[in-house]
Amino acid sequence: MTAPLLEVSDLSVEFPQRRQRLQALDRISFTLEAGEVLGFVGESGAGKSLTGAAIMGLLEPPGRITGGRITLQGQRIDGQAESVRGRRIGMIFQDPLTSLNPLRTVGDQLVETIQLHLGMDAGAAAQRAGELLDEVGIDRARIGAYPHEFSGGMRQRIVIALALAPEPELIIADEPTTALDVSIQAQVLALLRRLCKERGAAVILITHDMGVIAETTDRVAVLYAGRLVETGRTAEVIAAPRHPYTKGLMAATPNLDLVSVDTVLPQIPGSMPSLAALPPGCRFHPRCGDVMPVCRRTAAPFIDGVACHLYGAQTQEAG
Amino acid sequence: MVIILARRIAQAVLVLLLVALISFAIFRFVGNPVENILGQEATVQDRNEMIERMGLNDPIPVQYARFVWDALHFDFGISYRTAEPVAELIASRLPATLELAFISALFALVAGILLGIFTAISRGRFLAGLVMTTSLVGVSLPTFLIGVLLIWLFAVELGVLPSFGRGDTVRLGFWETGLLTASGLKSLILPAITLGLYQMTLIMRLVRSEMLEVLRQDFIKFARARGLPERMVLLRHALRNTLVPVTTVAGLQLGSIVAFAIITETVFQWPGVGLMFINAVYFVDIPVMSAYLLLVGTLFVLINFIVDLLYLAIDPRIRDRNLRGGG
Repeated sequence: MTAPLLEVSDLSVEFPQRRQRLQALDRISFTLEAGEVLGFVGESGAGKSLTGAAIMGLLEPPGRITGGRITLQGQRIDGQAESVRGRRIGMIFQDPLTSLNPLRTVGDQLVETIQLHLGMDAGAAAQRAGELLDEVGIDRARIGAYPHEFSGGMRQRIVIALALAPEPELIIADEPTTALDVSIQAQVLALLRRLCKERGAAVILITHDMGVIAETTDRVAVLYAGRLVETGRTAEVIAAPRHPYTKGLMAATPNLDLVSVDTVLPQIPGSMPSLAALPPGCRFHPRCGDVMPVCRRTAAPFIDGVACHLYGAQTQEAG
Repeated sequence: MVIILARRIAQAVLVLLLVALISFAIFRFVGNPVENILGQEATVQDRNEMIERMGLNDPIPVQYARFVWDALHFDFGISYRTAEPVAELIASRLPATLELAFISALFALVAGILLGIFTAISRGRFLAGLVMTTSLVGVSLPTFLIGVLLIWLFAVELGVLPSFGRGDTVRLGFWETGLLTASGLKSLILPAITLGLYQMTLIMRLVRSEMLEVLRQDFIKFARARGLPERMVLLRHALRNTLVPVTTVAGLQLGSIVAFAIITETVFQWPGVGLMFINAVYFVDIPVMSAYLLLVGTLFVLINFIVDLLYLAIDPRIRDRNLRGGG
């Protein structure tokens, strides 16, 4: 059996503070096959973006990886992400308005990336830059334009072109459409998905929007307070969420077919704990409707796609 | 582009006319030019002749216009003290000051930018902290004290560099340069450091804070995510974006380098226009003073004009905004 494209096992990230060490990611494990689209969903601060940053080796100091391993096609990349950054793993950030250097033309930035990674001469790189702009739906005649001359949606297209320029095997898209108008979001997502499919590039899509997850991803991973609580095929997780947190997320997502003006969406009571004051046991138990005594004492192990005592007990009984 | 240029030039001319007005006012109203020239013992007839010859009976605006007209032809009158034309006096002194100011500015810019980058990227390390602390000394010590300290250390104690004058000079047409002889260059080192140190520390601190600001921005994060090596991220993406505010301050500072040259030139007995101005003040040599004022004003306006043009070259957003505003 060949190694999966990306394998993350027991990844932990900590932020050392004066008094304590904040554990921002707690033993996250997942795999990603070539060409697959994996969604990361969760509330702000759940650790979605940190997971992306850790893979890229772009954690903001003093944050650092304290455990686990990350392998790309069997080759370890944690601690030496420079060797694959940009070239084999591309990344797209949330705000297209600030992702591009305002003082340099988009062509300049494209050519620089292409030359660096693909070793082309200036002429060939400029040619390639034009093709990329065409592919993301921007008139290649505007290659000499500056970022401020484009709209937000167009800038995110340029950012996508930049991330795809070195032909990476994996794109990590960190909330790529959150800063865009709703009407543009779907277009940009469809574009990203199509271009990655054409190239066979896998995607990790980080978002807090279950709608985006449902439309775009093959598989989904749900994060809560630095822990992975559920993973599975997107269709299955949406049809039958198992972890109470995932159920809450699903219930809180409006469904246009069923919603009327008077419908009040159910909410998950309370808010996610801060990393400095994590509850013992399952981190979700203070907000959980199905809480059991065991949840307050120990965290459920991650078994069969879910980390919850509701299911762990059954598995244990069955085994 | 032409519109922007025309507007900037019009502004510059206006400012220069105002400077000329002040300069004219000093010349005309500080003391009595006739008495200054003829002395106390002149007869009434001599005085009247002189007043007539200098046109002091004409309406003030006419006198001002004549002053500007003469200045445009580099005619600033005759020095009271040496009886030479002021223009010739300045022309013989100006190369010394310009060379000193240029080398100081170069030192301030190059060292300031390099140290600024260094202290920004190695923040928190010992050496960067040391540079920052030392730079406080540079900011807070007065120029003349730094000059005297440098003289004491390098000229008196170590005896490696001369403490005054320009050393040997070479004449290139009308320009007398000290940049082509060993002793000329050696003489330049101490005054240039003295004059540029304050500006250097200022630029360094500015580059550092701007750099730290820029390094926090998303496009730097994205540049790293694109896999650009750190050197490229710093030089191609971060540095250029710090240059807009740095250019402003550096431009203003370069102007004040010429102005502050007065002190440095006095300390090092540097035969430039600053020393000339100080001597002019001692002897109430008003034509020299007013011409010097005009000269420094012109330099300031010129430098600011160049800085404005540099903005347009550096930041495309300013270019567009101006075009839209002007069109």
